[in-house]
Amino acid sequence: MIFLLKLFCEFFKVGLFAIGGGMATLPFLYALSAHSGWFTATDVANMIAVAESTPGAIGVNMATFAGFITAGIPGAAASTLGLILPSIIVVLIVANLLENFHENTLVKDAFYALRPAAIALLCASGMSVFSVTMLSSEKIASATGFSAFTSALNWKAMIFGVILYAMQKRFKWSFVSFVALSAAAGIIFRFSC
Amino acid sequence: MKNLLRLYLIFLKIGAVTFGGGLAMYPILHREFIEERGWITEDELTDYYAVGQCTPGVVAINVSTFIGNKRGGVPGGFVSTFGFATAPFIVIALLAASLRAFSEYPVVRNAFAGVRVCVCVLVVNAVSRLWKNSVKDRVTFFIFAFVFALCASAALLPFSVSPAAVVAASALFGIAWQRCRRRAK
Repeated sequence: MIFLLKLFCEFFKVGLFAIGGGMATLPFLYALSAHSGWFTATDVANMIAVAESTPGAIGVNMATFAGFITAGIPGAAASTLGLILPSIIVVLIVANLLENFHENTLVKDAFYALRPAAIALLCASGMSVFSVTMLSSEKIASATGFSAFTSALNWKAMIFGVILYAMQKRFKWSFVSFVALSAAAGIIFRFSC
Repeated sequence: MKNLLRLYLIFLKIGAVTFGGGLAMYPILHREFIEERGWITEDELTDYYAVGQCTPGVVAINVSTFIGNKRGGVPGGFVSTFGFATAPFIVIALLAASLRAFSEYPVVRNAFAGVRVCVCVLVVNAVSRLWKNSVKDRVTFFIFAFVFALCASAALLPFSVSPAAVVAASALFGIAWQRCRRRAK
């Protein structure tokens, strides 16, 4: 019970501070995985894929997923509720009490600096996504020197990443079909070894 | 009461068919609430999106709360948001349960290793989309570079960098900086 309350509070904080849509929750999930140990960095990368391939908003889906792998259905309920409650409260206040909230100078000024900071946070967590994808964690732990570092690189994943990036620029397929393609490529070329 | 139940069911349906959240939901909301029911106007929906991006949390949730509030007051705001979150909640719980059960299989591990590559592409896209509206001048670029350097070197620093602190500090900095700039003019 106390654990669920803790889960709720952590995600309430995420919901309150993650500004700028779904992906903004990503840095918070990484910070949470580092200081709570509830899930790993690889779990977070997997969560993004699942959250984006299923209906609903990606930020909420990631919270549900994180809560579920931490404490099952009650955990998923606690984390989801924690994430959406600050949104509901703030929106209800803004909608009923504050007119022209987004035209407000204070809000505009805050967002002037908030937006670039939010992207920097996203970039930094993007690096974590890249490292769990493109580096083999067992090999990097024992890596000494340059040749050991290059052997820890997951070349197959890197090459596929470049191909995939070019493909999604060229073809306007849905995200789910790219996920299916990536999963197939991962199985055929054995990305995890 | 009947009104709230109806709101819940409509948002339940929207939550089940929206892939990709926020902006992907716009055409669905447009059809459901402007064209079919006339509950809100075009301008109101645009406003909800503008404000929804400036309030904390996920945009899709914020917009759902706005529409619910317009139609059914504070209870309406709660009901529609819970409605939106219901279907994804069930889907994710089922998926997470089965993924956990199968995660030791080599096939599943390889599949996820492949899917993570796709996630990298997704992150690159998100960054490049946001970049245009955010890093507009020298000051915003400096903020970006400073925060990024801070996060990238987090492992070497004697204190930990919490994203919440970064968000709060940058908001305060923005207010202070813009104020000084206006005063200097």
